Amino acid sequence: MTEPPLLSVRHLTTEFTLADGQVARALEDVSFDVLPGQTVGLVGESGCGKTTTLLSVMRLLPGNGRISGGSVLFKGTDLLTLSEREMRSHRWTDIAVVFQGAMNALNPVMKIADQIREAILLHDLMDRKAADRRVDDLLELVGIPRARRNQYPHQYSGGMRQRAMIAMALACSPDLLFADEPTTALDVMIQAQVFELFKRIQAEFGLAIVLVTHDLGVVAEMCDVVVVMYGGMVAEVGPADSVYNEPQHPYTQRLLAAFPDPSQSADLPEGGQDLATIPGTPPRLNALPPGCRFEPRCERRIDRCTEASPALVDVAVPGSGARHLAACHLLGEPEAGDA
Amino acid sequence: MSTDAILEVRHLSVEFPLRQGIGDLIHRRQPKVVMAVDDVSFSLGPGEVLALAGESGCGKTTAARTLIGLGTATRGEILFKGRRVGGDAADGPAISLKELRQRAQIVFQDPYESLNARATVLDIVAEPLVVHRLAGSAQERLERVRLALEEAGLRPADDYLKRHPHELSGGQRQRAVIASALVLAPELLLADEPVSMLDVSIRAEILNLLNALRRSRGISILFITHDLGIVGHFADRLAVMYLGRIVEIGPTRAVLHDPQHPYTRALLSVVPVPNPRLRRQRVILQGETPNPLDLPAGCRFHPRCPIAVAACRTAEPDLTTVRDAHRVACLLVAPASDADQATHDPAHHEGG
Repeated sequence: MTEPPLLSVRHLTTEFTLADGQVARALEDVSFDVLPGQTVGLVGESGCGKTTTLLSVMRLLPGNGRISGGSVLFKGTDLLTLSEREMRSHRWTDIAVVFQGAMNALNPVMKIADQIREAILLHDLMDRKAADRRVDDLLELVGIPRARRNQYPHQYSGGMRQRAMIAMALACSPDLLFADEPTTALDVMIQAQVFELFKRIQAEFGLAIVLVTHDLGVVAEMCDVVVVMYGGMVAEVGPADSVYNEPQHPYTQRLLAAFPDPSQSADLPEGGQDLATIPGTPPRLNALPPGCRFEPRCERRIDRCTEASPALVDVAVPGSGARHLAACHLLGEPEAGDA
Repeated sequence: MSTDAILEVRHLSVEFPLRQGIGDLIHRRQPKVVMAVDDVSFSLGPGEVLALAGESGCGKTTAARTLIGLGTATRGEILFKGRRVGGDAADGPAISLKELRQRAQIVFQDPYESLNARATVLDIVAEPLVVHRLAGSAQERLERVRLALEEAGLRPADDYLKRHPHELSGGQRQRAVIASALVLAPELLLADEPVSMLDVSIRAEILNLLNALRRSRGISILFITHDLGIVGHFADRLAVMYLGRIVEIGPTRAVLHDPQHPYTRALLSVVPVPNPRLRRQRVILQGETPNPLDLPAGCRFHPRCPIAVAACRTAEPDLTTVRDAHRVACLLVAPASDADQATHDPAHHEGG
């Protein structure tokens, strides 16, 4: 790799202590890189650990969560070794987040413009006058009309609230933006508007985006790199084009097959056609299978799958220079020293 | 009109009067009215799946709720197997609400909210039988519940009877909801965004289940969705709604292949395609759907329409046939020639 990554997550392992004292391993050995200006998609079904990854990187885990191993290098600094005070100086100024439900993430009794100004002033970046100008610029950027800046969140539509959240995330000019299902509650047209906005601000400010979503279509439209997660581990990671067109992990293959492709739906037979499904359900994190986590649902399992958890192996087309890895015993064993 | 249709909707309009303040009452102002559904017509044949698609607030859910008596039609008529739902006694034989709600069932979007958290699966699925007094003995009831659960894919049924909703996954919950609809052996299922809360693999399972029910039991399904990505796998016909009106309706394949209305085209262009090589030219409509209290004059889509002409600001287009049963409400879409019209099957003549 020529360019040093902006964010490098290495062997990240996170555990939750459940109410009954059991320990659930929500993340195990999660590694991926984000290069400056890149868009990376963290994709998987509910409970696969994609949001936990985000919360671990930001060190915003709830009280019963604990990072038990690995490192999170941001511009070379391991965020996991910082004191809470030092960490706070990175949040928002270096890494910002757009959360899923904008209504829950905004303060309902504070005007939108005031909330964004507060975010700027809290980080002591500029004086009040300059901050006011900055708020105007930000809201202009995300397309919120001047007349509506002093309104409250409940007066906004879902799409406008998400725009306000994006403006707030950009308030301190971060280098990295996490977006956790930013458009899940929105209509497709509003979703398209929000992603158009993401692309525009990325082109303008060159920031990197990590998009956390279950929507494979959104990832295909937006991302350079895809990280497919399953049961708290990375199943497959690689350039979007390779992962979508030459998926190597059986889970990725089944997941893509289960996702309807609207570009082909006009050619389906009269009366439609059944979608491919994945039998079974994802594993519970406090009762993980001993071997590969996908083994109980996998139709191509071999003996080894029940015995050991597979490591990521290089599956890139030789000479392509791409970094495409998948964790499946069928794909062979990793070479020594492989990440 | 076809006589064998399960459901026949003619010129249905649903209005909601806004609440009036004391000032409005004192000054005797006419209450303001939201036109949630405006002159909508369609029919649904036996074993047919019609998808009603559109964005939030387009009236698709209001239309569906009105069909089973969960709302009142302001104008127009709804016929369930030739008998009217609601309306005046002068308009012909009516179906009682109780009978309608036995023969037409609804599956709601959120399986986390539509199940009683304190009841067991057995209680939940048996309740419709109790309400409609359809199963005499407890034993018969249990049998019918078992059958419904198995048909909804919860097998073996005995494993699920004593469980509470919190012991079920999201997909299993939606199957339990479907089982409690199936237990009455309905002829019509209204599915209101039944998969929009579910994960990819579970979504596929539930859609396949609905498709299987249509094939094995011949249940007609009115499928309400905002996701045009899934309709091709499932629906025979597709109706696209915008601000209370059907703007395009036709055989699913015809509409997807050759969308005519600029709104349908825009909507289809923004459905994400799961292939990075197919990043397409998208038509992103700016702004949001206008306030239904303050509808634009003329074609209600014209303020956001990329190809609107002057006439669109004054004339409101009606649905016209472009080919066979494919009908579009747009001034700029040329209607079919007379020769085409002649071959047109009047049974599928629909619209407002």
